[in-house]
Formats: sequence, structure tokens, C-alpha cells
Amino acid sequence: MSEWWTYSLRDLLLFSPRTYYRQFELYNLEWWPLQLVALALGIAVLALWRRGGERAGRAIAAILALCWLWVAWAFHGQRYASINLAAGYFAWAFVAQALLLLWFGGVRRRLTPASAPRVQVRAGLGLLLFAVLIFPLVAPLQGRNWTQAEVFGMAPDPTALATLGVLLLAGARPAWALYPIPAAWCLISGATLWTMDAPDFAVVPLAALLAVGLAAAARLEQAGAAQPGR
Amino acid sequence: MTKTPNDIRRRLLGALAAAPLLGPAMARAQPQPARPAARAIPSSGETIPLVGLGSWITFNVGDDRAARDASTEVMRAFFQAGGRLIDSSPMYGSAQDVIGYGLKKLGRPADLFAADKVWISGSGEGRAQMERSRRLWDIPRFDLMQVHNLLSWQTHLPTLFSMKAAGQLRYVGITTSHGRRHDELEKIMASRPLDFVQLTYNLVDREAEQRLLPLARERGIAVIVNRPFQQGALLDRLGRRPLPPWAAEIDCTSWAQFALKFIISHPAVTCAIPATTRVDHVRENLGAAAGRLPDQAMRARMAALVARL
Ligand SMILES: NC(=O)c1ccc[n+]([C@@H]2O[C@H](COP(=O)([O-])OP(=O)(O)OC[C@H]3O[C@@H](n4cnc5c(N)ncnc54)[C@H](OP(=O)(O)O)[C@@H]3O)[C@@H](O)[C@H]2O)c1
Repeated sequence: MSEWWTYSLRDLLLFSPRTYYRQFELYNLEWWPLQLVALALGIAVLALWRRGGERAGRAIAAILALCWLWVAWAFHGQRYASINLAAGYFAWAFVAQALLLLWFGGVRRRLTPASAPRVQVRAGLGLLLFAVLIFPLVAPLQGRNWTQAEVFGMAPDPTALATLGVLLLAGARPAWALYPIPAAWCLISGATLWTMDAPDFAVVPLAALLAVGLAAAARLEQAGAAQPGR
Repeated sequence: MTKTPNDIRRRLLGALAAAPLLGPAMARAQPQPARPAARAIPSSGETIPLVGLGSWITFNVGDDRAARDASTEVMRAFFQAGGRLIDSSPMYGSAQDVIGYGLKKLGRPADLFAADKVWISGSGEGRAQMERSRRLWDIPRFDLMQVHNLLSWQTHLPTLFSMKAAGQLRYVGITTSHGRRHDELEKIMASRPLDFVQLTYNLVDREAEQRLLPLARERGIAVIVNRPFQQGALLDRLGRRPLPPWAAEIDCTSWAQFALKFIISHPAVTCAIPATTRVDHVRENLGAAAGRLPDQAMRARMAALVARL
């Protein structure tokens, strides 16, 4: 676009808040009761993390990859694309994340639950619980219909947040390649909500920044500990 | 210009508005709101109503059936109130598709004046995009095709002029908004045989008054005005105050009509295109094109009031 710098984010917003939230409603009605399966998958991720071990890590990677693929196709491709010209690109980014999860989590075993600094574990668990159990309540808490609930594994925001939570729980040596797409999505989503004047626009981007910050801090600490002379 | 059946129909409708001439019983049975006033497109002499309908954001409702039907009702009220020009763009998500859906449901209103845009780089791509847009609207041809935001205008304008010559569209235009690239637009207006130009002009964004609007008059270019309400922000601001009593002198019943009458009373303006999701708003907006319009002194008073608020 020419003179792109003269455009504010608001100029690029294509739809009204009502139309945006309505997408979740139509999507949920279309796929009900798949939400229950998605919820069960979210709880399975939690259970697998508690169980620990390499097989659990690979199973978590497979579940997350499945969720990213689903969101790419069913949400971005089939639903969001009807009102957002950029949704096709989002879909491809979500497919890429699914492949990265399969490679780093499934093949390279980098999602194996592992010990990490306590604050990191707490944040990871907090993010995961928030994404799976609390996020669907955001719509009704804001006075919108519960049919607009955003569910882990089906809607992009909770799926990205849960993934960041899992990454924090996978130990102090982060699989950096798995961070950019979920973190970028969280920023895009926050920007979209901000242009729509949604009061909760900061929640998802801040959670993502917290995850990235904690992962970086743990890594630095680890590097410091490895060099006792300094 | 030869008269099309549409022109004749419009004249008949205009005559209908003169209800007192008809039998009193018939006038009572069919209370007709005043028809919107129209202004001539300088390059042809054809007239179009002073208020049209935009579709940015408001008609991008995707495949939501209920919202599509609601958009259709807005279009129905628009045509019933005497509206003609609907403006869209491939940039507006599903808006073109939603317009096509509505037009079909309304039985393809004969009065439609279809205005769309080309928004892509490359000549071949431009033609393909216009054809896609035409299929989405599901109409034989566009009345007006505009280069969106001056994008690749050097490539598209020759295509549009040749399409016009071939009868594949009736008018050629170019758009900008938010006061962007007025210098470049001015050069294009001065050097190309444009039928239309589209730009932002309202009670607060008045830069176009300096050069573009006078140039449009001089060159005989019709002017479509976008963002008449600053995408609603202007009305939000004005709405906190009561409408001044003297607004009644120009037959204004709301701030929206106040804002629109200011725009369409500029002699260079052909049509303002507010967008809305609401039937009552579309009626109110077309109502601004009926009744008295402000003269120079009143326009100055209106602008001064808004500048003070
Ligand atoms: N570069 C370009 O080519 C370009 C750029 C910008 C715009 N445009 C065109 O110009 C059109 C108009 O501009 P816009 O859509 O940006 O903004 P606008 O028409 O200035 O404002 C639209 C807003 O005003 C509200 N509104 C409409 N009528 C009202 C009334 N009678 N009372 C109270 N509120 C009312 C609508 O809300 P409700 O739904 O509640 O009525 C809507 O939110 C666009 O739709 C588009 O077609 C073209």
C-alpha cells in the first residue's frame, strides 16, 4: 500500500466489533459439541504434563499441532477469512506452527516436561489453566452471549496462550523456534481488539510478553550459572 | 443524452412526489416522503441524488445470514427513500458479496448506480479484479469504476478509459481519503478526463475546499464525498450537544443531517456517501438531501459552530 505510514491501525480495521464477535458465535454453533472434545484435549495436555516423560511430551506436541491445524483450517480459513482479507496468511502461519510443533516436539522431543525455575513453572501452568479453563468465560464475563466463547483448540487466542504455557513448562532450555508465531499472533489479536476499543485488548499480548520474558530470563540465568567464574 | 427507462421511471417517481396534484385519496393511501434532491454529473448531465450509501465496515458481515438480511433491509430503505449510488471496493472484505446478495433479494433495483473500485497493482490483475467484483455484485456492468486510493493509477486509468469507450462501464473515477496525496490527485484531475473524483470532506476536514473542489468545478468532474461523519467520530462528538434551534431553518432534524447538508450544499459536491447498518439512519441520511440547503452565510455559521464545540 502506498504511503502506508499515513495509515493508522484503525484505518485497516475491516469489520465492526459486533461482526467480529459474531464470527465466534457462528463458528461455535456450527461445530457444537466439538468444544467439549477440545476442552477434553486441553485437560489431557495438563494431565500429560503432570505425568511427565518423553512420551507425554510427544503426545502434547501432537495435540497442540492438531489444534493449530484445526484453527488454521476451520477458524481462519473457513470463518475469519469471510471478513478479514489477511486471514489466509494467518491460516498459513498456523499451519507452519503445527509443523514446527511436530518437528521440535514430536521428533526432537523438545516439549518433554522438565524442571525449570519455579516462577517459570508457575507462569506456564497459570497460562495453560487460564487458556483452557478461564478464557471461554471472557465473553460471558463481558456481558456477551456465552455462544461467543473462545475455546482452546478451536479459537486462536487460547490456543496460542496454551502453547506458550506448554513451552514454559518444557524446561529451562526453550525451543525458541516455537515462540515467534504464537507470540506474534497474540500481538496481532491484541491490536485487533485495541482498534475495536475492546476493554480486554491488553490481556493476550501481555500474557505472551510474560511468557517470552520469563523464557529469556531463565535462559540468561542458566547461561550465568554455566559460567561460575563470572 | 438519450433517456433510459430508468430516467423515465425516476421522472415518474419525481412526479409522484408532487402528491397534491393526485387525487387526495391516493395521496393519503401512499404517504411519500420527499424525494432527495439530485445534482448533475458534469460529464453527462445525468443526475444522481445528493446522498448515496457507503459500505466500508458496515456491509462486511461475512456469510452471517442474519447480518446479510439486515444489510439488505438497509439497502431496501435506501432505494425506497430514493437513493441510487452505492459505493464499495474489493478492499472491503465481504461487502461486495453482501451488496450482491441484497440486490438479488430486492429484485435488482433498476435505480441502482453501482460504484466500485480497483485496488491492486498490475493491469491484467486490475481487469481480473474488476470482473470478480462485477460477479460479486452480480450486475451486467458498473456505472462507475474508481482507482482506489490512487493505487497504480498510471496503470489503471488507461484500462478504465478503454473499458468506458467499449461500453463496459459508464464513468471513470479515482479516490483518496483522509486528505492523503491531494497534490498528486490535483495533477491527475488537471490532466486526465475524469468523470468522478472521490475524497474526504466534512464539517472539520475541509482541506478539499482550498484547491480540489474548485478544480473539480472548473474541470467538470463530479465529486463523491467519503467519510462525511469521520466514520462516526464526528457525530459522537456533536451528539453530546443539542442541535441548535436555527438548524430548523435548513430543515435539519439531527446532527447527521446537519453534517450532510453542510457537505452537499457545496456547489462542487455531487454526492455524499455515508455508511450505516441501520434503517432509521439511512432514511435520516437521505432526508438530508430533501428540504432546504444552507446558503453561503449559513454554511459559515455551521462551520463556526462546529469549530467552537
Ligand atoms: N479511499 C476510499 O476510497 C474511501 C475511504 C473511506 C471511505 N470510503 C467510502 O466512504 C464511505 C463512508 O465513509 P465511512 O464509512 O468511513 O464513514 P462515515 O460514513 O463517515 O461514518 C459511518 C458511521 O456513521 C454512523 N452513521 C451513519 N449514519 C448515521 C446517522 N444518521 N446517525 C448516526 N450515526 C450514523 C454509522 O453507524 P451506524 O451503523 O450505527 O449508522 C457508521 O458507524 C465508506 O463506507 C466507503 O464506501 C472510501
